[in-house]
Amino acid sequence: MKLFPGGHLSRRRFLAGTGAVAAGLSLISRQAWCDETPKLNFYNWDTYIGETTLKDFKVASGINVKMDLFADNDELFAKLKVGNPGYDLIVPSSDYVERMILADMLMPLNDDMIPNRFNIQESFFDASFDPGRKYSLPYMWGTMGIGYRKSKMNSTPDSWKWLFDSDRYKGRCALLSEASDVLGAAFKYMGYSLNTKDPKIIKEAEKLLIKQKPNIKVFAPDNGQDLLLSGEVDITMEWNGDILQVMEEDPDISYIVPKEGSAVWEDALAIPKGAPHPENAHRFINFILEPSVGAKIADFIQYATPNKAAKQLMPESYSKNPAIYPSNETLSSCESSFYLGADVVRLYDEAWSRVLSA
Amino acid sequence: MMKQVGSHRLIFWLTFIPPTLWLLIFLLIPLSIIGSFSFSEKRGLIDIELSWILNNYIRAADLIYLSTLIKSIGVAGITTVICFLFGFPLALGIASAPPRWKSILLIAVILPFCVNLLIRTYALIAVFRTRGFFNFGLEWFADLINVPFEPLSLLYNDTAVILGLVYVHLPFMVLPLYAGFEGFNKTLLEAALDLGASKLELLTSIIIPIITPSIISGCILVFIPALGSYLTPELLGGPNSQMIANVIERQFMNANDWPFGSALSMVLVYLTFGILALRYLCFNNLYLDKNKRRL
Repeated sequence: MKLFPGGHLSRRRFLAGTGAVAAGLSLISRQAWCDETPKLNFYNWDTYIGETTLKDFKVASGINVKMDLFADNDELFAKLKVGNPGYDLIVPSSDYVERMILADMLMPLNDDMIPNRFNIQESFFDASFDPGRKYSLPYMWGTMGIGYRKSKMNSTPDSWKWLFDSDRYKGRCALLSEASDVLGAAFKYMGYSLNTKDPKIIKEAEKLLIKQKPNIKVFAPDNGQDLLLSGEVDITMEWNGDILQVMEEDPDISYIVPKEGSAVWEDALAIPKGAPHPENAHRFINFILEPSVGAKIADFIQYATPNKAAKQLMPESYSKNPAIYPSNETLSSCESSFYLGADVVRLYDEAWSRVLSA
Repeated sequence: MMKQVGSHRLIFWLTFIPPTLWLLIFLLIPLSIIGSFSFSEKRGLIDIELSWILNNYIRAADLIYLSTLIKSIGVAGITTVICFLFGFPLALGIASAPPRWKSILLIAVILPFCVNLLIRTYALIAVFRTRGFFNFGLEWFADLINVPFEPLSLLYNDTAVILGLVYVHLPFMVLPLYAGFEGFNKTLLEAALDLGASKLELLTSIIIPIITPSIISGCILVFIPALGSYLTPELLGGPNSQMIANVIERQFMNANDWPFGSALSMVLVYLTFGILALRYLCFNNLYLDKNKRRL
């Protein structure tokens, strides 16, 4: 097949060809009010969006969402620390929003583009980690607590004691593997604040954990619920959403927030600096905050939504579920975790290294 | 023919440049970046300033980190010994097999490489956990002979980590040993037998001295990766099984202290270079040409 009928490719023909292509491209209709390409790079946790949310957004706005996954906040922070590799929207937890604001990694949100933000419950309008919610809006929230297998427990394990200070479940219990999570729970057990900075108290918690270590089977990074399901452990420290997932599969599993109190977490939507499509990101945030969309997401991932309009659309089995929405009494004993500064982070890490090598 | 290639300038440079570029871009430059981080310190949450200080190395000499390093050396050492005990007879067997079987047996050793390390490690979890295949098998056997059965706790302890490391690194021991056996001059064995050597003497006086370079290569190929292994202790280990790579990972992620993590990494790099230098100094004469070897 002859590519250039009539002879070789002369300079004139080449210029004519490119001219034709350019003319053709300019004829492609572009939406006048959108000067960004209709794409969005979304960096999210695994199984943390509705089943059809991304498709619904494409139908509603024509924007194609490409979602990448990260496993924990540290991975998100480490990836963005050296420069934004092209993400438009990220979902950090509250203490990492704090870190990112301190490190000037986030773009302030343009409130005019997010009218749906008034669907959020009033208690979320302000936050100590993001005063005035300039950089983030809440996505989901929940608690940390104890997942357990009912048939293997002597009594309902409503205290951190059974994980931190007792050999009743020796070899059958698991803890989380992040220093701040486990140390925070240990502080709550000992009666201190989740966000303790005092080196003496940190040392006390370290000693408690070293004493308890022979009874612990494993420090599970994020799969405590799988270990519970497979019968490897009978009681584990885990996030409420993870346990809820396996509660569906196995009714013998249950979740409780210990009476000494625990951590309440919040994941927020934020736009990192250097995002290539910030307008599309704003549009997506507004879409997620719509009541029907929020309800679909909450129904699929079974976490507590801060969107009061969406919550009203949910069935009672969801809104009255104590594992998803703990009672006010329980909530009053829970605290959010804050970023405590590099020095305290280092103290926690060294204490944790000592616990692990003991 | 080699002389022709060597004397032809263009061919020499063409074959020399790509691997050198590769070494430069993918090893030397990243290593120097990490090396410069190890002499730096943190400024705030994300900045790192190169101030040529030794604080990170002094902190790396702390007892907690040193003890983890020593434990990692121990675990890697045990892994190397077990790999050798299993790998030596295996390589000898493959080398002595009839030619038809040789390739099949070699493929059997190499085939696990085709499966990703992460998947292989998860497979080990499914085999060794309390309700895993190994315990199912033992339970079936115990039922058969009517003995009460208590499932073995094979996972989430040091044993599981060592088993996992041996499983992953065995081919690295078998292949160099097999290569050594292949180049072995079998007539030496016949001569020794004729002169009245026993089977054991064959092994100790003839085979092992000649195979020593391959043994050393195999040991180094197992020891150094095992020393720095991260995935296996992370997935299979228990509360006590942390190794130096797990500590380093925490510095880069949770503790957000890249300079200190870099210092710990560089300590591992220096250790590796030290081992290679040791091999050169002590055993180099074994690799020299037969005529120049000092016996």
